[in-house]
Amino acid sequence: MKLVCTLLIFGLMIIGFAQLSSCHNNNLNIQTAQYAVNGQKLYKIHCQNCHGAKGEGLGKLYPPLTDKNFLSKNRNQLACIIKNGLKGEIVINGETFNQNMPALSTLNDVDIAYILTYVTTHFGDADSTFSQDEVAQSLKDCK
Amino acid sequence: MIKNILAVATVSLAFLACQPNSKKLPIIGDREVVEKVVDGKTVIDTIYPAIPNFEFLNQDSVLISDKNFENKIYVANFFFTHCPSICPTMQRNLLKAYEKFKGNSGVAFLSHSIDFKHDQPHVLKSYASKLGVDNDQWQFVTGSKADIYGISDKYLVFTKEDENVAGGYDHSGYLVLIDHEKHIRGVYDGTSEEETEKLLSDIDILLAEYK
Repeated sequence: MKLVCTLLIFGLMIIGFAQLSSCHNNNLNIQTAQYAVNGQKLYKIHCQNCHGAKGEGLGKLYPPLTDKNFLSKNRNQLACIIKNGLKGEIVINGETFNQNMPALSTLNDVDIAYILTYVTTHFGDADSTFSQDEVAQSLKDCK
Repeated sequence: MIKNILAVATVSLAFLACQPNSKKLPIIGDREVVEKVVDGKTVIDTIYPAIPNFEFLNQDSVLISDKNFENKIYVANFFFTHCPSICPTMQRNLLKAYEKFKGNSGVAFLSHSIDFKHDQPHVLKSYASKLGVDNDQWQFVTGSKADIYGISDKYLVFTKEDENVAGGYDHSGYLVLIDHEKHIRGVYDGTSEEETEKLLSDIDILLAEYK
């Protein structure tokens, strides 16, 4: 009886660990993972209210952040959207959204880099760090 | 050993089975004890605070009043459409309740806008439909500053115009559960998922009172 129990517990633990490590993109290198962890904390404070814990958005009010195509095509505009906000129509996952997004002008480059690393690797399909330099470069060229 | 497990399971099942029946939601607010004379005798009566009569303009520019909520329990809250802070989370959570009880004519929802300048009926209408509200079970209303801020006190919800906070209005994100007699039967933090779950189960408990 005891042996069976012990074996069972071990079995469950192995399955549990396997599940944990397969949850997310596990090819992230350590720096990207660190950026994403910091980004998740900032995401909760600044973004989650509207965009939801899983980036699912809210109805047709606030767009989801899970449109992989949008994220990769507009990668160089993402920092601008966070820093300066957004006005006018955008199409996300084939749906049109038109609600003003407030500017988060107090966030600095590294905060934006953390948030974008989290968003693009967890909701999008990116596998690399959104660096502070990339954010600085993007912000210079905001449309 | 198996016997022991069975015994524990039976006892906990019995507990679980009994719990819902014994539960009744309290009436919230400061009660007043008054003496009255009935048939020549002095009796003591307890008066619980209740939501007073009201009249507000809804998202279809129709004047609605407390009469629209007769024989219904409803959940009230205070928000504004361009609120950048707690409202999206609060409305996301209230939407869960709306979706759960959609089609149940005994349950309604009432969101008061505290931005009496910007949130005209057409703004509320667009907000409601974008949120996913497509019937009259959930009303979005606007009114004069005095009326809206006045009634928020009755719901025990703090509201204030304040240019120093994001969005220009400060308020608390409570979801307030009201019964047929317009008594407050529950107050839930609309920004907390856990409390929203409690609201969902408390609505069931309150509905059972009117079966």
